[in-house]
Amino acid sequence: MIFLTRKAEFSSAHFYWNEAWSPEENQRVFGKCANRNGHGHNYTLEVTVAGEIDTTSGFVVDLKELKEILDREVVSIYDHRHLNLEVPEFKTTIPTTENIAIAIWRRLNGKIPHAKLHRVRVYEMPDLFADYYGEQ
Amino acid sequence: MKAHLNRRYHFSASHRLHTDAYDAAKNLAVFGKCNNPHGHGHNYTVQVTLSGHVDPATGMVCNLSELDAFAQTNLLSRFDHTNLNTLDCFANTVSTTENLSVEIYRIFQGFTGAHLERVHVEETSNNSFNYAGEAMPASGTI
Repeated sequence: MIFLTRKAEFSSAHFYWNEAWSPEENQRVFGKCANRNGHGHNYTLEVTVAGEIDTTSGFVVDLKELKEILDREVVSIYDHRHLNLEVPEFKTTIPTTENIAIAIWRRLNGKIPHAKLHRVRVYEMPDLFADYYGEQ
Repeated sequence: MKAHLNRRYHFSASHRLHTDAYDAAKNLAVFGKCNNPHGHGHNYTVQVTLSGHVDPATGMVCNLSELDAFAQTNLLSRFDHTNLNTLDCFANTVSTTENLSVEIYRIFQGFTGAHLERVHVEETSNNSFNYAGEAMPASGTI
Protein backbone atom coordinates (compact mmCIF):
# COMPACT_ATOMS: atom_id res chain seq x y z
CA MET A 1 0.00 0.00 0.00
CA ILE A 2 1.31 3.43 -0.92
CA PHE A 3 -0.19 6.88 -0.42
CA LEU A 4 -0.16 9.56 -3.10
CA THR A 5 -1.22 13.18 -2.51
CA ARG A 6 -2.27 15.66 -5.17
CA LYS A 7 -2.90 19.36 -4.50
CA ALA A 8 -5.35 21.70 -6.16
CA GLU A 9 -6.34 25.28 -5.42
CA PHE A 10 -9.55 27.23 -5.59
CA SER A 11 -10.60 30.71 -4.52
CA SER A 12 -14.10 31.17 -3.17
CA ALA A 13 -16.34 33.43 -1.13
CA HIS A 14 -18.45 32.32 1.82
CA PHE A 15 -20.04 33.32 5.11
CA TYR A 16 -21.26 31.41 8.17
CA TRP A 17 -24.92 31.67 9.08
CA ASN A 18 -27.44 29.37 10.74
CA GLU A 19 -30.99 30.34 9.70
CA ALA A 20 -32.38 28.73 12.85
CA TRP A 21 -30.63 31.34 15.00
CA SER A 22 -31.18 35.03 15.61
CA PRO A 23 -28.74 37.52 14.03
CA GLU A 24 -27.30 38.14 17.50
CA GLU A 25 -26.63 34.42 18.06
CA ASN A 26 -25.01 34.08 14.62
CA GLN A 27 -22.80 37.06 15.40
CA ARG A 28 -21.88 35.66 18.81
CA VAL A 29 -20.93 32.20 17.50
CA PHE A 30 -19.41 33.04 14.11
CA GLY A 31 -18.03 36.56 14.74
CA LYS A 32 -16.67 38.27 11.63
CA CYS A 33 -17.40 35.13 9.55
CA ALA A 34 -21.13 35.94 9.91
CA ASN A 35 -20.92 39.06 7.70
CA ARG A 36 -23.73 38.41 5.18
CA ASN A 37 -21.82 40.17 2.42
CA GLY A 38 -19.30 37.32 2.61
CA HIS A 39 -15.52 37.19 2.49
CA GLY A 40 -13.10 34.89 0.70
CA HIS A 41 -10.07 32.65 0.83
CA ASN A 42 -7.52 30.97 -1.36
CA TYR A 43 -8.17 27.34 -0.48
CA THR A 44 -5.68 24.54 -0.96
CA LEU A 45 -7.05 21.05 -1.38
CA GLU A 46 -4.89 17.97 -0.75
CA VAL A 47 -6.35 14.67 -1.84
CA THR A 48 -4.58 11.53 -0.65
CA VAL A 49 -5.31 8.21 -2.32
CA ALA A 50 -4.09 4.78 -1.27
CA GLY A 51 -3.43 1.76 -3.42
CA GLU A 52 -0.96 -0.70 -4.82
CA ILE A 53 1.64 0.25 -7.42
CA ASP A 54 0.81 -1.01 -10.90
CA THR A 55 3.83 -3.11 -11.91
CA THR A 56 3.63 -2.02 -15.54
CA SER A 57 3.15 1.75 -15.18
CA GLY A 58 4.77 2.23 -11.74
CA PHE A 59 1.73 4.36 -10.81
CA VAL A 60 -0.70 4.01 -7.94
CA VAL A 61 -3.00 6.27 -9.95
CA ASP A 62 -2.63 8.12 -13.24
CA LEU A 63 -1.75 11.67 -12.12
CA LYS A 64 -3.18 13.30 -15.22
CA GLU A 65 -6.43 11.46 -14.69
CA LEU A 66 -6.50 12.41 -11.01
CA LYS A 67 -5.92 16.07 -11.89
CA GLU A 68 -8.80 15.93 -14.38
CA ILE A 69 -11.08 14.39 -11.75
CA LEU A 70 -10.19 17.10 -9.20
CA ASP A 71 -10.75 19.81 -11.80
CA ARG A 72 -14.06 18.35 -12.97
CA GLU A 73 -15.56 17.35 -9.61
CA VAL A 74 -14.29 20.17 -7.38
CA VAL A 75 -12.30 23.05 -8.84
CA SER A 76 -14.66 23.82 -11.75
CA ILE A 77 -17.57 23.95 -9.29
CA TYR A 78 -15.93 25.80 -6.36
CA ASP A 79 -13.36 28.13 -7.97
CA HIS A 80 -14.35 31.79 -8.20
CA ARG A 81 -17.78 30.99 -6.80
CA HIS A 82 -19.72 32.00 -3.72
CA LEU A 83 -20.01 28.70 -1.84
CA ASN A 84 -23.23 29.60 0.04
CA LEU A 85 -25.02 30.90 -3.04
CA GLU A 86 -23.68 28.84 -5.93
CA VAL A 87 -22.68 25.38 -4.67
CA PRO A 88 -25.65 23.07 -4.00
CA GLU A 89 -24.35 21.28 -0.88
CA PHE A 90 -23.91 24.57 0.97
CA LYS A 91 -27.52 25.61 0.56
CA THR A 92 -28.24 23.35 3.55
CA THR A 93 -24.88 23.13 5.35
CA ILE A 94 -22.57 25.90 6.50
CA PRO A 95 -19.39 26.07 4.36
CA THR A 96 -16.95 25.68 7.24
CA THR A 97 -13.59 24.11 6.46
CA GLU A 98 -14.82 20.89 8.09
CA ASN A 99 -17.95 20.74 5.92
CA ILE A 100 -15.99 21.61 2.76
CA ALA A 101 -13.66 18.64 3.44
CA ILE A 102 -16.67 16.33 3.89
CA ALA A 103 -18.39 17.68 0.77
CA ILE A 104 -15.27 17.18 -1.34
CA TRP A 105 -14.92 13.62 -0.01
CA ARG A 106 -18.49 12.90 -1.16
CA ARG A 107 -17.77 14.41 -4.57
CA LEU A 108 -14.64 12.29 -5.07
CA ASN A 109 -15.34 9.02 -3.27
CA GLY A 110 -15.71 6.15 -5.73
CA LYS A 111 -14.60 8.22 -8.72
CA ILE A 112 -10.84 7.55 -8.61
CA PRO A 113 -9.96 4.44 -10.64
CA HIS A 114 -7.68 1.79 -9.10
CA ALA A 115 -7.17 3.63 -5.79
CA LYS A 116 -9.05 4.24 -2.56
CA LEU A 117 -9.69 7.73 -1.30
CA HIS A 118 -7.77 7.99 1.98
CA ARG A 119 -7.92 11.61 3.13
CA VAL A 120 -9.27 14.96 2.03
CA ARG A 121 -7.43 17.90 3.57
CA VAL A 122 -8.66 21.46 3.00
CA TYR A 123 -6.59 24.48 3.96
CA GLU A 124 -8.60 27.65 4.43
CA MET A 125 -5.30 29.34 5.24
CA PRO A 126 -1.86 28.00 6.15
CA ASP A 127 -2.68 27.97 9.86
CA LEU A 128 -6.15 26.42 9.62
CA PHE A 129 -7.05 23.17 7.88
CA ALA A 130 -9.46 20.25 8.24
CA ASP A 131 -9.06 16.54 7.49
CA TYR A 132 -11.75 14.02 6.62
CA TYR A 133 -11.12 10.26 6.35
CA GLY A 134 -14.68 9.21 5.60
CA GLU A 135 -16.75 7.41 8.21
CA GLN A 136 -14.31 4.95 9.77
CA MET B 1 -19.52 12.84 10.74
CA LYS B 2 -16.13 12.92 12.39
CA ALA B 3 -13.50 15.34 11.08
CA HIS B 4 -10.08 16.54 12.19
CA LEU B 5 -9.36 20.22 12.72
CA ASN B 6 -5.76 21.46 12.56
CA ARG B 7 -4.71 24.85 13.91
CA ARG B 8 -1.18 26.30 13.93
CA TYR B 9 0.21 28.75 16.48
CA HIS B 10 3.55 30.53 16.59
CA PHE B 11 5.77 31.66 19.44
CA SER B 12 9.39 32.63 19.92
CA ALA B 13 11.46 31.49 22.88
CA SER B 14 15.01 30.84 23.99
CA HIS B 15 16.40 27.73 25.62
CA ARG B 16 19.55 25.82 26.46
CA LEU B 17 19.95 22.05 26.42
CA HIS B 18 21.77 21.10 29.60
CA THR B 19 21.42 18.56 32.39
CA ASP B 20 22.99 18.61 35.81
CA ALA B 21 23.27 14.83 35.53
CA TYR B 22 26.25 15.31 33.17
CA ASP B 23 29.49 17.21 33.70
CA ALA B 24 30.38 20.15 31.46
CA ALA B 25 32.34 18.05 28.99
CA LYS B 26 29.57 15.50 28.57
CA ASN B 27 26.90 18.21 28.23
CA LEU B 28 28.93 19.71 25.40
CA ALA B 29 29.51 16.33 23.81
CA VAL B 30 25.83 15.37 23.91
CA PHE B 31 24.11 18.68 23.21
CA GLY B 32 26.75 20.41 21.07
CA LYS B 33 25.99 24.02 20.16
CA CYS B 34 22.63 23.75 21.92
CA ASN B 35 24.62 23.68 25.18
CA ASN B 36 25.92 27.25 24.68
CA PRO B 37 25.81 28.68 28.24
CA HIS B 38 23.96 31.81 27.19
CA GLY B 39 21.24 29.96 25.31
CA HIS B 40 19.81 30.50 21.84
CA GLY B 41 16.31 30.79 20.41
CA HIS B 42 13.78 29.60 17.86
CA ASN B 43 10.54 30.58 16.21
CA TYR B 44 8.40 27.62 17.21
CA THR B 45 5.27 26.49 15.37
CA VAL B 46 2.71 24.35 17.18
CA GLN B 47 0.15 22.41 15.16
CA VAL B 48 -2.74 21.08 17.22
CA THR B 49 -5.03 18.38 15.78
CA LEU B 50 -8.48 17.98 17.32
CA SER B 51 -11.19 15.55 16.30
CA GLY B 52 -14.90 15.31 16.84
CA HIS B 53 -18.26 15.14 15.19
CA VAL B 54 -19.16 18.13 13.07
CA ASP B 55 -21.96 19.94 14.90
CA PRO B 56 -24.86 20.23 12.40
CA ALA B 57 -25.79 23.64 13.82
CA THR B 58 -22.37 25.25 13.42
CA GLY B 59 -20.62 23.06 10.84
CA MET B 60 -17.66 22.95 13.22
CA VAL B 61 -15.69 20.38 15.21
CA CYS B 62 -15.24 23.06 17.84
CA ASN B 63 -15.55 26.80 18.11
CA LEU B 64 -12.35 28.24 16.68
CA SER B 65 -12.47 31.44 18.69
CA GLU B 66 -12.72 29.37 21.88
CA LEU B 67 -9.72 27.29 20.78
CA ASP B 68 -7.74 30.43 19.94
CA ALA B 69 -8.62 31.99 23.29
CA PHE B 70 -7.53 28.79 25.06
CA ALA B 71 -4.25 28.77 23.12
CA GLN B 72 -3.64 32.45 23.84
CA THR B 73 -4.12 31.95 27.59
CA ASN B 74 -2.50 28.57 28.06
CA LEU B 75 0.15 28.37 25.34
CA LEU B 76 1.18 31.71 23.86
CA SER B 77 1.05 33.90 26.96
CA ARG B 78 3.02 31.25 28.80
CA PHE B 79 5.76 30.50 26.25
CA ASP B 80 6.06 33.45 23.86
CA HIS B 81 9.15 35.59 24.41
CA THR B 82 10.30 33.57 27.39
CA ASN B 83 13.35 31.51 28.26
CA LEU B 84 11.94 27.97 28.40
CA ASN B 85 14.53 26.89 30.96
CA THR B 86 13.10 29.33 33.50
CA LEU B 87 9.59 27.80 33.36
CA ASP B 88 8.35 25.37 36.00
CA CYS B 89 7.74 22.61 33.45
CA PHE B 90 11.46 22.51 32.61
CA ALA B 91 12.75 22.76 36.18
CA ASN B 92 13.63 19.06 36.12
CA THR B 93 13.61 18.18 32.42
CA VAL B 94 15.75 19.31 29.50
CA SER B 95 13.96 21.85 27.27
CA THR B 96 14.18 19.71 24.15
CA THR B 97 11.35 19.96 21.66
CA GLU B 98 10.41 16.38 22.55
CA ASN B 99 9.74 17.44 26.13
CA LEU B 100 8.11 20.65 24.91
CA SER B 101 5.75 18.58 22.74
CA VAL B 102 4.74 16.45 25.72
CA GLU B 103 4.06 19.57 27.80
CA ILE B 104 2.02 21.19 25.01
CA TYR B 105 0.03 17.96 24.61
CA ARG B 106 -0.66 18.05 28.35
CA ILE B 107 -1.81 21.67 28.05
CA PHE B 108 -4.26 20.99 25.19
CA GLN B 109 -5.71 17.99 27.03
CA GLY B 110 -7.32 20.73 29.12
CA PHE B 111 -9.30 22.02 26.14
CA THR B 112 -12.78 20.54 26.44
CA GLY B 113 -14.23 21.57 23.05
CA ALA B 114 -13.00 18.51 21.11
CA HIS B 115 -10.82 15.41 21.40
CA LEU B 116 -7.06 16.02 21.25
CA GLU B 117 -5.48 13.74 18.62
CA ARG B 118 -1.90 14.99 18.64
CA VAL B 119 0.44 17.96 18.73
CA HIS B 120 3.16 18.64 16.17
CA VAL B 121 5.89 21.09 17.18
CA GLU B 122 8.35 22.58 14.68
CA GLU B 123 11.54 23.92 16.21
CA THR B 124 13.03 24.85 12.83
CA SER B 125 11.92 24.09 9.30
CA ASN B 126 14.07 20.95 9.49
CA ASN B 127 13.23 19.71 13.00
CA SER B 128 9.73 18.77 14.07
CA PHE B 129 8.20 16.41 16.61
CA ASN B 130 4.85 14.68 17.06
CA TYR B 131 3.27 13.57 20.30
CA ALA B 132 -0.08 11.78 20.47
CA GLY B 133 -0.02 10.68 24.09
CA GLU B 134 1.00 7.17 24.93
CA ALA B 135 -1.38 5.64 22.38
CA MET B 136 0.29 5.31 18.99
CA PRO B 137 -1.55 7.12 16.16
CA ALA B 138 -3.24 4.91 13.60
CA SER B 139 -1.21 4.05 10.52
CA GLY B 140 -1.48 6.63 7.77
CA THR B 141 -3.26 9.28 9.86
CA ILE B 142 -0.38 11.76 10.09
